[in-house]
Amino acid sequence: MGVSAAAEVLRVEGLGRRYGEKVAVDRISFSVGHGEVVGLLGPNGAGKTTTIDMILGVLEPSAGTIRVEGLDVATRRREALERTNFAAVYAPLPGNLTVFQNLRVFGLLYGVRDLQGRIASLLDQFDLRALRDVRCGVLSSGEQTRVCLAKALLNRPRLLLLDEPTASLDPPTAREIRASIRAFAAQDAGGVLWTSHNMVEVEEVCDRVLFLSRGRIVLEGNPRTLPGEHGQRTLEELFIAVAREPLALEGG
Amino acid sequence: MRLNRTAAIVLRHFYLLRGSPARVVPLFAWVAVDIVLWGFITRYLNTVASPGFDFVPVLLGAVLFWDFCTRVMQGVTMAFFEDVWSRNFLNLFSTPLSIPEYVAGLVLSSIVTSSIGLAVMVALATAIFGLSFLSWGLLAIPFLLVLFLFGIALGVLGSAVVLRFGPAAEWFIWPIPALISPFAGVFYPLATLPTWMRAVARLLPPSYVFEGMRAVVEGRAAPAGDLLWGGCLAAAYVVLAGWTFARVHRHAVRTGLVARYSAESLS
Repeated sequence: MGVSAAAEVLRVEGLGRRYGEKVAVDRISFSVGHGEVVGLLGPNGAGKTTTIDMILGVLEPSAGTIRVEGLDVATRRREALERTNFAAVYAPLPGNLTVFQNLRVFGLLYGVRDLQGRIASLLDQFDLRALRDVRCGVLSSGEQTRVCLAKALLNRPRLLLLDEPTASLDPPTAREIRASIRAFAAQDAGGVLWTSHNMVEVEEVCDRVLFLSRGRIVLEGNPRTLPGEHGQRTLEELFIAVAREPLALEGG
Repeated sequence: MRLNRTAAIVLRHFYLLRGSPARVVPLFAWVAVDIVLWGFITRYLNTVASPGFDFVPVLLGAVLFWDFCTRVMQGVTMAFFEDVWSRNFLNLFSTPLSIPEYVAGLVLSSIVTSSIGLAVMVALATAIFGLSFLSWGLLAIPFLLVLFLFGIALGVLGSAVVLRFGPAAEWFIWPIPALISPFAGVFYPLATLPTWMRAVARLLPPSYVFEGMRAVVEGRAAPAGDLLWGGCLAAAYVVLAGWTFARVHRHAVRTGLVARYSAESLS
C-alpha cells in the first residue's frame, strides 16, 4: 500500500489496538514515503489518535508492527523516536516554561546538534522571536500551536506526526503553517502523517489520504480525485459519507 | 544512557526554580523552621534534664538528618510532580528519553534541591544551637549516604505510585516520612519500641543510622556492620524502586495511561 519499501519513512503493518472487547484500531497497514504528506482522516473515535500514540511509542499495540525508516518502534524505540516528532492540540508544551526554555529542554531530549542555532532558526521560521522569553502558558492558542510546531521540527524529524495542527489557528497563520509543512516535506524529504477535520486544508496539503472508520482503513487515495471515484462532489461530502456508512464505501 | 537527556530533566527543573520564588522558598523555609523549633526544644530540655546529657546532637541532630532524608524524597517527587501538573507525559515519553535517563534526572534534581536544604539546616543548627558535625566525625558521611539512598528510593517509589494511580494519589505520598519515622527510631532508641515495631524497623535503613548516631553521642562505637547492612538495604530499595517505576511505566504504556494521563482520566 502506498510507496516502495526503500522510499518509506513509516511502515505500519497489521497494527491493532484493543481495549478489552472494544477494538480501537483493527489491524491497519499503511506507509508514508519520504517527502510525502499523508492525511489520516476520519470521524471522532475512528482511531486516528490511537494510531498516532502507537507510532509515538506511548501506547503499546495489541498487534502489528511499526517501523520508522526500518527501525521497529517496539525493539529500537530510541533510534526510531530520534527520527520522529509530533505536534498535537491536546499536548501543549509546559506552560510554566518560556518558549526558549521549552525548545532548549526538548532540543536536549532529542539530542539536537547546534541547538542554539536551530532554536534561533525556528523562532524566525514560526515568527516567535518576540515571544522567545514569554511563558507558554500565557500565549494565545495560535501562538502555542506555533511553539508546538517549532518543537516538532527541532530534531529535523524524518517522520512528522501532526494531529490537527492548524485547529486553533487563524486562516493566514494556518496557511503559513501549511506552507512550512509542505516545505519541510519537500526540502528535508521528511514524511508527514497529518490528521485534520478541515477538508479544504487536506486537499491543499496532502498527497494521499487514508480514511479511517471504526479502526479500519476504508478508503485510500489522492484527495483531489478520491471524491469523484466514489460518487461525491467534494472531500467533505466523502468524509461525511464515510462517517455515516463506512462499510458501504469499503473496498468500493 | 545519554547525559544530554538526563541534563534536560535537570535543566527543566532549574528553569522552574529560577523563575519561581514559590518553588525556591520551600527548599529551605520548612527545614529552617524545624531546626529553630527543635533547637529551642533541645535548649529547654538541656535545662531540665540531668546535667551532662546534651540533647542537641541527639534530638536536633536527628531532626536534621531526618529532614534531609525527607527533602531528598521530596526533591524527587517534586521534580516528577512538575510533569504531572503540566501534563507533560505525552511530550516527554514520546521523545527518545529512556526511563533510567528520566529517573536519573529526577535524582540529580533532588541532589541539588536537598543540598540547599541541608546547607541551611547545618548553618542554622551550628550557628544558633552549637550543633557540631565533628561530633560524628567521618561517620556523618555514611549516615548521610544511607539516608540519601533511602530518600531516593522513597521518592522514586512515590512517583511510581502517582504514575500508576493518578495525580490524586499525590496525597498518599506527602505523609510517607511521617508514617515511617515512628518505626525508624528517629527520636528514640529502637529498644523503646514493641517487638513488632522493631521487626519493621529492621527493614528500614534509617533505623541503623539513628541507632549509630545515638551510639556515637553516648561515646560508644557505631556498629559498622549494622550501618553497612543499612546501606546495602537502602541500595537494594533504590534498585527495587527503580524497577517498580519502570514496571509501572511499562503498564502505563500497555494500557494507554501515558497517552491519556490526567486528573480526569485516572482519579
